[in-house]
Amino acid sequence: MSMAPEHAPRMARLSLAQRLAPWMPVLLVPILIVLGAVAIPNTSSWLTLTVSGLAMGMMIFLMASGLTLVFGLMDVINFGHGAFVSVGAFVGVSVLLMLGGMTGAPSLALNLAAMLLAVIGAMLATGAMGWAFEKVIVQPVYGHHLKQILVTMGGLIVVEQLIIVLWGPEEIYISRPEALKGAITFAGAALEKYRLVAVGFGLVVFAVMRWTLRRTKIGLIVRAGVENGEMVQALGYRLRLVFVGVFIAGSALAGLGGVMWGLYQEVVTAHMGNQAMILIFIVVIIGGLGSVEGCFIGALLVGLMQNYVAFLEPKVALISNIGLMVAILMWRPMGMIPVVKAK
Amino acid sequence: MIKAVLSGDMPRSVVLASILGLILFCLALAPFLFPGVRTVDTAARICVFVVLVASYDLLLGYGGIVSFAHTMFFGIGAYGVALASTHLGRGFDALAGGALAGAGVAAALAFVIGLFSLRVRAIFFAMITLAVASAVAVLVSQLSGLTGGEDGLTFQTPRELGPAFKFGDELFGVKLNGKLLSYYLVFTGSLILFLLMLRVVNSPFGRVLQAIRENDFRAEAIGYRVVRYRVAATCLSAAVAALAGSLYAIWLRYVGPDTTLSMEIMIDILLMVVIGGMGTMYGAVIGATVLVLAQNYLQNLMGAAGSAIEGLPVLPQLLDADRWLLWLGVLFILSVYFFPTGIVGRLRRS
Repeated sequence: MSMAPEHAPRMARLSLAQRLAPWMPVLLVPILIVLGAVAIPNTSSWLTLTVSGLAMGMMIFLMASGLTLVFGLMDVINFGHGAFVSVGAFVGVSVLLMLGGMTGAPSLALNLAAMLLAVIGAMLATGAMGWAFEKVIVQPVYGHHLKQILVTMGGLIVVEQLIIVLWGPEEIYISRPEALKGAITFAGAALEKYRLVAVGFGLVVFAVMRWTLRRTKIGLIVRAGVENGEMVQALGYRLRLVFVGVFIAGSALAGLGGVMWGLYQEVVTAHMGNQAMILIFIVVIIGGLGSVEGCFIGALLVGLMQNYVAFLEPKVALISNIGLMVAILMWRPMGMIPVVKAK
Repeated sequence: MIKAVLSGDMPRSVVLASILGLILFCLALAPFLFPGVRTVDTAARICVFVVLVASYDLLLGYGGIVSFAHTMFFGIGAYGVALASTHLGRGFDALAGGALAGAGVAAALAFVIGLFSLRVRAIFFAMITLAVASAVAVLVSQLSGLTGGEDGLTFQTPRELGPAFKFGDELFGVKLNGKLLSYYLVFTGSLILFLLMLRVVNSPFGRVLQAIRENDFRAEAIGYRVVRYRVAATCLSAAVAALAGSLYAIWLRYVGPDTTLSMEIMIDILLMVVIGGMGTMYGAVIGATVLVLAQNYLQNLMGAAGSAIEGLPVLPQLLDADRWLLWLGVLFILSVYFFPTGIVGRLRRS
């Protein structure tokens, strides 16, 4: 009989790098901000850029969160997601134009009320549209990625053309509500008021979403569905209904993002959703398909990166996000916080 | 003989065979059958798009991979020829060099994108190609010093391919000039490339691709390296798309973002593949022919229909000539649902 192998357990603490590794995705945002501060010598412009980067990130997050959840839950990839962004923007802008009296008045309360109405209108419209989209376009092609991509792309084309039929082919210019125009000066940096509002809005939505997903029963079912759908069904939950609900919520969020994005650019076009899709996809891939937190971090990274690089080297800004995506995929091929296992 | 040329992939349907024969006949004799600048232009466009769509079908129909960067590769080939002709002077060596360089760059780019996305999941590829293609399109319009920006590049092809070059009088009332030669260069090039694609999909390589499309897990288990096959298919398809782009640039003697890189062309390609029939090379022929003809002639018809019912509320706008994409989109969705094998699949079954 041979001796048992030498076994001497040691109580060593994990090294700092090992302890930090799980938090790396979260740490990337402050790291990027610090890097930005190093690269941009002027503090006030750095502050301005950081705020606008965060604002942009929040808006992209609003648009992308629905897509990532829908994918995570039901393995459905919706290339028509951009259509909701466009429709949301158009409906929201139409509402704002109708409420000209409220947006023209220099009162913050009235302006915010008008914006809230526009957002609600847009979310109702895109939510309803999401329901119809799910029913008509997505439902017949469950479990078939290739067809999903093709069909939802077709849906995007149709919706884009319908927008042109309904609102006309010209882009619509919209000015922001009176009290949200201009900028406030903080520590020598000009911070656009609208961007601050966008950051606030994004944080609130993220907090509500996280709370819903982590602390409520429906959130529990959704998370369990992402983890193992069959098991949830076996326990007696009708996952289909949950999925339709998530699809509608995701569409409504895209509509909300569309309104914010339209007001940010102060112009809406039928193609804006399609253009936003590019950033949305980058964000979703960076974050890891199916992960809301990853999507949030990815959106902030993309927003900050875009603003910093556009300031430092305007021509490189276009490919900076692709570069970011490549770098992150080299580091973690499934995205930063992968939720859905490779199938 | 015919069987060997078609790599053993016969049309297997009398109707299909006669339609294909008719298309081949019309394209081969287009300058004589339909003399006229616009019709010959349409014929050349059909030739180029047949190759482009066939190369896309290799990815989508045989490999089961969705790419949105196919116009990017198409554009790389076109810009390759344009840049070579601009900087190396007019000549066949510049055309050949530009075309080969374009194909090489396209294949290399496809290799890199494929390695990044296909090793994880095939659907990453769709998203990443969409992002990369749009970045490249914007980059091309920004780098106006090199690419001419939004205006594009107009360049000179060899004298033998221009209308000023005459090599005889008239034949059946058609002037024998360089434009005719240019058409036959495009036609022959397209034919060769198409037969090459047919050869590829009917080779063992094509079989493995189909196996991967049906069940990648099983293909891997049998011992085929799925990623390698997918990446190889991507590179091959990109190179052929670039060559098609080169042919198109030679024909137009112009490249610009709108004619080669735009998202509209990508959507056209998707429509052609799906309507013609995924997973058959003949679908590319029929899809490209139908769509290009529809683009050129159906739009007029729709405009006429639109003006005929003028006065009604929303209907005229729905039938406006510019809204034809709407109807194509609807047709696209319906054909993915109900005729996933497209026109060719229908014809072969009946």
